[in-house]
Amino acid sequence: MTDSAELYRTVRLIRRFEQRAIEMVRSGVIQGGIHPYIGEEAIAAGVCAALGADDLITSTHRGHGHVLAKGADPVRMLAELAGRQTGLNGGRGGSMHAADVSSGIYGANAIVGASAAIAAGAAWSHQRAGRDRVVASFCGDGAVNQGVFLEALNLTSLRRLPVIFVCENNGFATSMRVQDTTAGSITGRAEAFGIPAETIDGMDAEAVLAASARAVARARAGDGPTFLECLTYRFDAHHTWEYSVRPRYRTDEEVAAAWARDPVDIQAARVPEAVRLQIDTEIEELLDEARRFAEASPEPDPAGALDFLYASSLRGRGGTA
Amino acid sequence: MPLLSYLRALNRALAAEMERDPAVCVFGEDIGIAVSNVTTGLLKRFGPERVLDMPISEQAFTSFATGAAIAGSRPVIEFQIPALLFLTFEQIANQAHKFPLMTGGQVKVPVTYLMPSSGSRVGWAGQHSDHPYSLFAHVGIKTVVPATPTDAYGLLVSAIRDDDPVIVFGPAGAVARREDVDFGALAPVPLGVGRIRRPGTDVTVVAVGHLVYDALAVADELADTISVEVFDPRTLYPFDWNGLAGSLARTGRLVVIDDSNRTCGIGGEILATAAEEMRLIAPPKRVTRPDGAVLPFARELDLALQPTRDQLRAAIETVAKSQ
Repeated sequence: MTDSAELYRTVRLIRRFEQRAIEMVRSGVIQGGIHPYIGEEAIAAGVCAALGADDLITSTHRGHGHVLAKGADPVRMLAELAGRQTGLNGGRGGSMHAADVSSGIYGANAIVGASAAIAAGAAWSHQRAGRDRVVASFCGDGAVNQGVFLEALNLTSLRRLPVIFVCENNGFATSMRVQDTTAGSITGRAEAFGIPAETIDGMDAEAVLAASARAVARARAGDGPTFLECLTYRFDAHHTWEYSVRPRYRTDEEVAAAWARDPVDIQAARVPEAVRLQIDTEIEELLDEARRFAEASPEPDPAGALDFLYASSLRGRGGTA
Repeated sequence: MPLLSYLRALNRALAAEMERDPAVCVFGEDIGIAVSNVTTGLLKRFGPERVLDMPISEQAFTSFATGAAIAGSRPVIEFQIPALLFLTFEQIANQAHKFPLMTGGQVKVPVTYLMPSSGSRVGWAGQHSDHPYSLFAHVGIKTVVPATPTDAYGLLVSAIRDDDPVIVFGPAGAVARREDVDFGALAPVPLGVGRIRRPGTDVTVVAVGHLVYDALAVADELADTISVEVFDPRTLYPFDWNGLAGSLARTGRLVVIDDSNRTCGIGGEILATAAEEMRLIAPPKRVTRPDGAVLPFARELDLALQPTRDQLRAAIETVAKSQ
């Protein structure tokens, strides 16, 4: 299959996964809601297509796309969102903490800006052990005003670590527009730390792949980190609670206008129709199976609610004497 | 036998573990020149790839350690100031501690947070004199507070070898201590095992960290009238509840001396657990810092807020007489 078709498969899988997950939020199968990635699929697809199987990512609260694009099993991912024992994290993480370390996914992280320093440390540790690993660390535009994130840029540049910082600038930190929260420029922050930075079209998976491939090559050559600001737009809610709360921070017209550049459509136009239809069919079958699997899977045993709290054998006291 | 200082014990433990396990590395500020006398010689011996002087970015390098640990390293972070643990609480309590559970056991985070010279050093004022070990015990970080050089060595070794995050407090009131030690006999001390420093039959005093020395001194002073047993828990979380229950089975009377602020300090937890689950024949007492204490600068004011021997003696006498 061509790169174009592979990228189409990924953006389409993420889109349909999210739409089905939203249905499952509405029907109550998924508790606590999700942060939909709809509109931003091309970024996860393009970045992860530039990575090898042994490379790593760290993700965000809006992480489903990253986790799927890096190669986690969508079936076990959906089971995780449904809080089932068969989920990627055994139902212990859910939407905001989905992880699959065997696929190089060091976890989605619910604190904005928190994973950049974790990514840097992981990159350092692998490099020290002589393992060739590039780490792509995803964040949103909100993260660029978080202190620890800026500290992490400095530390990563100082040590020339093989990290790609992928900033998904979707225009909003929850409800706050980027121009109302961010003085100066996003790429200027990276450049201040000596990190080459590029602003790219985050709606075009192939443009993202091309820029990511350059960044990966830099990292593997020992030239240190790269910062990619990917311009995108969040088509759906910040979080599914918006469906009931209905906060007004943008107009329907603005959202409708953004859909004119749908990253899934953009990539679909590059793939022959027959191939595209085949991919679409396979994805629907896969997601049908994922939903069946999630709903049929057992819920975790409450007796194990604190399983995995410690890697050692420690068990703390219970809540009653 | 040669004298071993507390700081030298920490240094020997670091060097021994770095020698034994190439995954062990040390991060911190000014550790190349060993500004705290804990990392002396490590840079020269193990090189800059394992002894990393960090920029003043405590939050970033604390999470850097988390990422490194997930990827197979065993970092030790040396902090210079206990208040930095407030700054990095997110990275320790909310990131490092939570990763194993949140990932369903896919990762372990073997990081050691080493805080030599915790608590008051007298004259370092409000932002350099905290002793927040109870905070870490509360969130479930393995928390050790060695009182002696031998325990400082043995507990730091165990902390580094442990597969979970562990925080090690070296109280300022203990780090100047020296001990006659057979260096060849230095050994790991298991986490979660307390030690009776002085046997007694009338009252059990649980003393945390440097306060062990105060408890031993008061026990000496009272020896003619009250037989005091001094229990050093060494690890605050997980606490050696069996060890404490054994002591209370003999004495039935309990006093705790704890350098925490009073509300939600470990002293309160020890009293509560003893009251719920152990043999007590008299109401217990605790001696702590006051509620919400911020240590003022002037020596008299700083000392006024720390637990004292006089307070401990009075508490022991009250508990000993109480029916």
